[in-house]
Amino acid sequence: MTLATTTRRGALKALGAGTAAAALPLWARYAGAQSAAPIRIGFQKHATGIGATYGRWYERVSQAAVKRINEAGGINGRPVELVTEDDGTDPKRGAEVVEKFALEHNCDIAFGTLFSHVVMGSAPRAGELKLPYFVVSEGHHVASGALNRWTLQPGITDVKSQVRAMAPWVAANLGKKVTMIFPDYAFGHDHRDNFSEAIAAAGGEIAGLIAIPPTETSFTRYFPQVPAETEVIYHVMVGPGVLTFVKEMGEFFGPSRPQVFGFIDSLEGVDLTSPGLEFLEGTYFWEGNPRYAQPDQTSHDKAYRAAVGVDDNGASVDDPRDVSTYAHMFGCWETLNVIRAGMEAAGYAGPEDRQKLVEAVEAMTEMPLSDDHPQGAKVFNGKTHQVFGPQYISKVEGGRLNVVHTASIEDGMYPDEVDYTTQPF
Amino acid sequence: MDFGPHLMLALIEGAVLSAVLALTAAGLSLVFGVMRVVNVAHGEFYMLGAVAAWFVAAAVGGAGPAAFLAALALAPLAVCALAAAADLAVLRRIAHDPERTIVATIGLLYILQQATLMGFGPDARPVAPPFNARIAIPWPVWEEGGLALTWPWGLSVTTYKLFVIAAAAAVLAGLWLMLTRTRAGLVMRATQWDRETATAFGIPVERVYALTFGLGAGLAALAGVLVVPIQQAHYLMGGDALLLSFIVVIIGGLGSLPGTLVAALLIGMSEGIVSVFFSPTLAKILATLLVALVLVFRPQGLFGAAGR
Repeated sequence: MTLATTTRRGALKALGAGTAAAALPLWARYAGAQSAAPIRIGFQKHATGIGATYGRWYERVSQAAVKRINEAGGINGRPVELVTEDDGTDPKRGAEVVEKFALEHNCDIAFGTLFSHVVMGSAPRAGELKLPYFVVSEGHHVASGALNRWTLQPGITDVKSQVRAMAPWVAANLGKKVTMIFPDYAFGHDHRDNFSEAIAAAGGEIAGLIAIPPTETSFTRYFPQVPAETEVIYHVMVGPGVLTFVKEMGEFFGPSRPQVFGFIDSLEGVDLTSPGLEFLEGTYFWEGNPRYAQPDQTSHDKAYRAAVGVDDNGASVDDPRDVSTYAHMFGCWETLNVIRAGMEAAGYAGPEDRQKLVEAVEAMTEMPLSDDHPQGAKVFNGKTHQVFGPQYISKVEGGRLNVVHTASIEDGMYPDEVDYTTQPF
Repeated sequence: MDFGPHLMLALIEGAVLSAVLALTAAGLSLVFGVMRVVNVAHGEFYMLGAVAAWFVAAAVGGAGPAAFLAALALAPLAVCALAAAADLAVLRRIAHDPERTIVATIGLLYILQQATLMGFGPDARPVAPPFNARIAIPWPVWEEGGLALTWPWGLSVTTYKLFVIAAAAAVLAGLWLMLTRTRAGLVMRATQWDRETATAFGIPVERVYALTFGLGAGLAALAGVLVVPIQQAHYLMGGDALLLSFIVVIIGGLGSLPGTLVAALLIGMSEGIVSVFFSPTLAKILATLLVALVLVFRPQGLFGAAGR
């Protein structure tokens, strides 16, 4: 076999040429940067891997939000541009993507990550590069203090908050003895730890805990572990196996099922009328944002649905079988609007103002219900870098989800666990 | 759940897994046996079968069994044709060289997987089973006055799962008859035994190879179609299928159909039982350990013939 011969000199030459080529457009851009150069937002997309269903919708929503911002004049008079990179829903690749945004694409900030393990893998690198990193992940890791001053979650509530808002309602309306079924990694453990604590506080108890490996494809084998005294099954699953999971749960319990309360993550992006899901009739779901347009729909939700191309059933207007990840993707829309507000408050002009941007977002508090925040009013906690908002509980009736309870912002509040503002930049 | 019903449930789950695994692994084993090609893209043909089933079922439409039956008939044929074309276009050009075909089929794996992601999308999509009644299974218990039947919570099977087991058994029996009783099978066995002598006797070896590769992929695709009403079609579903198939053919002996069947039962059942009573991770550890032991003490597999 012959190998292409590479000499040291040849390699150096090629490297030098590459560096020069990469550097040239940079100078050209800086020449006009004061006025019209676009603000570049690095979008870390789960285009492949187990997060791909979410990634596709996160991108559609983000593009729609950027379009709206640009039509309204951009940010500080400059247009906004999304720079999309696939992270493969993989933590290692996620860190590389963040690095690429900062060093190669000259992005002003990074944005848009959902899966908690990718956030955990990427955030330390964003901190080292001093790149503001806006995640849309609902993991508790931001507010728990595990990350750093450069990582913020201003557009979606975290699991701890969601779970605390749900537990009293579950105990009061469905039953006291709860068996939890959750994925066996950080996101599922957030559910396990926080719900166990919250249900005990609400006078209930945990009957069983069933952890399922995240790559599992067959679930019947886990259901025998459900203790017979269980009154409520609490399920939260993610990934491509979710429909199988719900279907097999129905087949296992048959006509004698206990009450079932799930996080819509278990069926995000899945049509509720899919074959095998009939047994869900009469069960309950947490929803971050109601998938089906409700009778009391706000004008803001209406405008948002139209902008992102989703119909009243939560599916794409182009293809009714293409169901959106409606309960989560509003987070991208709201986060981008927070970024705009932050950049405007900070007088953001370029990467040298990144610290000012973080400080401006930390100073935010109230975010009223509006076209910028269509899911509901929010309260941002600058110390923990985490936003708080309303939560919805819906019941499956006639193959659609009808909201039966709205938990207030205060229901999801908890004492601060960190003060990022005391950390140095 | 009590021990007895729990074990029963584990056995049923194990049997379904074994059935699907036996079909997939038989395809892999056949391709290796006849062509000496380690087909790394085998799991993707399984995935393509499931994806093609979704397309056919969606095109036929309707809630009845027609959509599934059409998929059952058409999807494996389509995948079979695609695989035969891939053999002619790629593997024949590198002369079915054992090492280069591994690299080539790795390439094929990524092409098929990413093309599916682009064309079919990242969602898991369901196909409705033709029938799916839930059968609660009674369990006998001794009570005062004799034997009584109880209906334990959760002990059940669906008619579709029983159908998967029966269908896999029927297809494997058919494959066995084809290989041992027909002229096509004779030609394939002759090619397997000695390629050069077969060529000398006028057997069109290249054509036999293309058909074998197609047949192997078709078996995987058929397994994919059977599994899609239980687990939806998804572009990444081929990974696990490939891994388990390799485990099965290594234990059973590459190229041996009875060995494949026995190993599929062994792995499927132990996976079912161990993962129900202990943990699925332990089941995978045990399967991998078994592979290691077989490779050390009986490298040709339980049923494989020693190298000539």
